[in-house]
Amino acid sequence: MKEILIPALLAGGIGLLAAVILTLASRFMGVKANETEKQLLEALPGVNCGACGYPGCEGYAKALAEGKTTATNLCVPGSDGVSRKISAILGVEFEDVVEKTAFVHCRGDCNRNKEKALYQGISSCAAAKGVFGGKGACTQGCLGYGDCAAACPVNAICMENGIAHINGNKCIGCGICVKICPNRIITLFDGTEKAAIACSNTEKGAVTRKKCDAGCIACTKCAKVCPADAITIENNLSRIDYEKCIRCGKCIEVCPVNCIVAAPIPIVNDEK
Amino acid sequence: MLKNLVIILMASVLVNNYVLSRFLGVCPFLGVSKKLDQAAGMGAAVIFVMLVATAATWPIYTYLLSPKYEYLQTIVFILVIAALVQFVEIVLKKYIPALHKSLGIYLPLITTNCAVLGVTLNNITDEYGFLESMVSSLGAGLGFLLAMVLFAGVRGKMEGADIPKAFKGIPITLIAASIVSMSFYGFASVIENMFA
Repeated sequence: MKEILIPALLAGGIGLLAAVILTLASRFMGVKANETEKQLLEALPGVNCGACGYPGCEGYAKALAEGKTTATNLCVPGSDGVSRKISAILGVEFEDVVEKTAFVHCRGDCNRNKEKALYQGISSCAAAKGVFGGKGACTQGCLGYGDCAAACPVNAICMENGIAHINGNKCIGCGICVKICPNRIITLFDGTEKAAIACSNTEKGAVTRKKCDAGCIACTKCAKVCPADAITIENNLSRIDYEKCIRCGKCIEVCPVNCIVAAPIPIVNDEK
Repeated sequence: MLKNLVIILMASVLVNNYVLSRFLGVCPFLGVSKKLDQAAGMGAAVIFVMLVATAATWPIYTYLLSPKYEYLQTIVFILVIAALVQFVEIVLKKYIPALHKSLGIYLPLITTNCAVLGVTLNNITDEYGFLESMVSSLGAGLGFLLAMVLFAGVRGKMEGADIPKAFKGIPITLIAASIVSMSFYGFASVIENMFA
């Protein structure tokens, strides 16, 4: 009997002692988590993308809870739904979120952008750009090694035929790819635009044409057809002034190289 | 005496490296070694926990369990280490929030780390005194940190390498780990001859 009782008491006693110490410790030394902050953190999507300008969802929740910011509409991925939840928790008026989605300003895939060299280095856009601007003849377009796809927190980007494709149904508009692209050819659209220029090449038309079948040749056709004078040619590349644009879509039809396309529309997630 | 301690320290860092020679604590070794700063953070947390755990378990074994109830050591050590780590976390959160933030998620992860349990049990098996046990734990922790940091470097290199599709991810990581582990076997004779 004694052979069992003493070890059992010994192990049990140590366990009990540990439990008592832990209970006392959490009672007297525990730090109470801010309840509002906890709720806010739960309401946020938890992508930690940094679109709000704070280090992760935790940072934003903390800033809101401590009153460092009163803007409840900074979470772009969360869309209106999250903004509503945050506003309800803080008891303030709901603010509309401007949803965004990413767009790649390039259509130069493997078939269109001529290959100028065989690149066998590190499979990364940043590295490829360092070697004569990548393997494609056009050095201003998509490099095709998927730095953006690797950085995307929701796997909304896939590399297809040497160019990045953004899945509009998945993109949350956090803007991480915008910052990561070494050629800076990805921008965010907020759904108010009608057309988008799918080329980033600033070389002269003839030069561009030789390098890529889908490049903007600066023919000024779009600028001429535009009824609102919203399109200008800058650095041999069309540029749309979205302040003036009347969303008629004529430029999309007229472009001979099809490098003006319909602008992407962000998803709005307004669950209550 | 001092020479003995140095031998224990060097042996547990290099020869009996807990990850690469004894294969304890392989889970965090593979899981947290993707980035250098995370690997270093985890290593630092392990050193800390190993020292605290040894300081607690050695007296418990020597004065409470030995010599009649030695078979209880595993269950009691698990209990003590788990409770200790929780306690340390509470204390750190209250008094040193900066340290708590940097050790952060690694502390609870270590609670059930077999390397920590292994080092406390090995100290008993090797019949070390208290000071020797502490030095051995420090060495084990340093060895863990060394392995983590080295392997984080290896993995960093692998990111840029063109790896065949079948080997991508975990397979190539395991192969790399085994090569790093083999290289550590070279230390075995080094220590023996260093203090001969």
